[in-house]
Amino acid sequence: MADSVCIVAEFRDGAFRKVSYEIASEGRRIADAMGLKLYGIAIGSGVSDKAQELAKYGVEKVFVADNPVFEHYIAETYVPAVAEMINQCNPSVILLPASMNGKDLSARLAARLETGLAQDSTEISVEDGKIKAKRPLFGGKCLGWYEWADDALVMISCRPNVMSCLEPDESKQAEIVTVDVDVPEPRSKVVSVDMDTSGKIELTEAEIIVSGGRGMKGPENFAMLEELAQLLGAAVGASRAAVDAGWRPHSDQVGQTGKVVTPNLYIAVGISGAIQHLAGMGSSKYIVAVNKDPDAPIFSKADYGVVEDLFKFIPVFTEEVRKLKSAE
Amino acid sequence: MNIVVLLKQTPDTESVIRIAEDGRSINTQDIKWIINPYDEFAVEAALRLKEQHGGTVTIVSWGPQRVVESIRTAMAMGADKGVLIDDEALYESDSLGVAKALTAAVKEIDPDIVLCGHRAVDYDHNQRGPMVAEMLGWPHLPLAVSLECDGTTVKIERPVEGGKMILESSLPAVVTMGGSHAVWNPRYASLPGIMKAKKKPLEVKKLADLGLDPSECGEEAAKIRLVSLEMPPERKPGRIINGNLDTEGKAKELVRALREEAKVI
Repeated sequence: MADSVCIVAEFRDGAFRKVSYEIASEGRRIADAMGLKLYGIAIGSGVSDKAQELAKYGVEKVFVADNPVFEHYIAETYVPAVAEMINQCNPSVILLPASMNGKDLSARLAARLETGLAQDSTEISVEDGKIKAKRPLFGGKCLGWYEWADDALVMISCRPNVMSCLEPDESKQAEIVTVDVDVPEPRSKVVSVDMDTSGKIELTEAEIIVSGGRGMKGPENFAMLEELAQLLGAAVGASRAAVDAGWRPHSDQVGQTGKVVTPNLYIAVGISGAIQHLAGMGSSKYIVAVNKDPDAPIFSKADYGVVEDLFKFIPVFTEEVRKLKSAE
Repeated sequence: MNIVVLLKQTPDTESVIRIAEDGRSINTQDIKWIINPYDEFAVEAALRLKEQHGGTVTIVSWGPQRVVESIRTAMAMGADKGVLIDDEALYESDSLGVAKALTAAVKEIDPDIVLCGHRAVDYDHNQRGPMVAEMLGWPHLPLAVSLECDGTTVKIERPVEGGKMILESSLPAVVTMGGSHAVWNPRYASLPGIMKAKKKPLEVKKLADLGLDPSECGEEAAKIRLVSLEMPPERKPGRIINGNLDTEGKAKELVRALREEAKVI
């Protein structure tokens, strides 16, 4: 009889990624609402030493697969191992991270376990013992609620930085179960890894984003936004127009094609506000628009609008921010 | 090389999305339909592979008859053949059901490589590529922003949070495309291409033609169901920073507002 909620933690470079604690916390809330136990799955190279970390967020038992072969995520090695551990957990609900690798793992597991997956969910509700998951569709233009068939295993991957973490309880201990898994010889492999060590903030994890569009007129002018971003501890984004023009790398693109972002503050500079861009940033907590065209659609989404030539305004605004920051 | 591209037709990203009366689908009357942009990148990558190695590019898609137009567009870009799985039983399927149908169609073609977008810009499920790879028992290289293939192995660059990686696999394999228009720069259909596309073979299949039964992958087999749609919460009306102020005045007022009202800087 399935009597648990199970979370699949993401372990990389010697530590659990923060989203692991978010799904553990969400898993705890769901388990309490449904009267179920909360189990964890920890897979990685060197993960045994850290497995107890999950206990602080309410995980009662952790199934651990620790093997150097799991240093990098490769579906062919991870999927059979995680499927075996899920089998031992026997859960009725599984939560996974909707990170880049987590989405791949979730979808392959759903195929293997023949069940339905709500990918990249932002809210989970339990009503009368039944689970529903909400996820953004069309790049955030609308939201959909999903339900599972009565006999189906519920699989949900959760968008990082959306669900809140419980206060860690250092006194809690989980039972650790070491699992021996057969690892097939994979046909695919990681050839090389190149991590950005410049301290650049990931767009999807940034609290503040300063974004530039066609109005920036050229790649050299983004230095202005970089400077402002540095003062604010912000990431720099770009509209599709700026990326298509070759002014910014594709990884900076915000929109329905590109990244959907939800920072506390999104400063749109020289961005007119194409529908597909508005979809990608429209859920930001506060939006500032700087544009010389008072009819630009971006102003309809902005909490604060500044109708000015950005080349005049941004340097002056940057100085004001600098004064504020140096007064702190 | 025998190359398959899984292609989905989606609303144009410039479309306004409105919820239909049933509360769980969208109004489609004003929608302009396009090839899912990430699938369009896959078409481009497939055509480059064909230019390098020769072979055939087959488009595999599903959905109603309107999808034919998108398959013909891919053919006008240079794809050789098309298969459309048009079966009403699939209209209410979940991702698992669709992946079963696509996998069955792919198996009939027996390709060296399957390419598709890492997600479609409509329902953003992010499931089709990895599910088909799992059902085929093949490796899957996700989020490709480059693709090299020598005919026996495929190598891609992909982003990971905070960096990038190079992945490699022997064939056959599934590769799903990430990146952007700027990365893949998909070609436009030429006029001769459009003329030729009209005569290229396009098979329309039912589930039964693929040896499948609606009970395996149709609505009744669905494990998960979209029950309702809602619009994101309306944003509170904003304000334009006082137009009578000079540039410095506006900058000061914006800093004050962000600091004292919004409390975000």
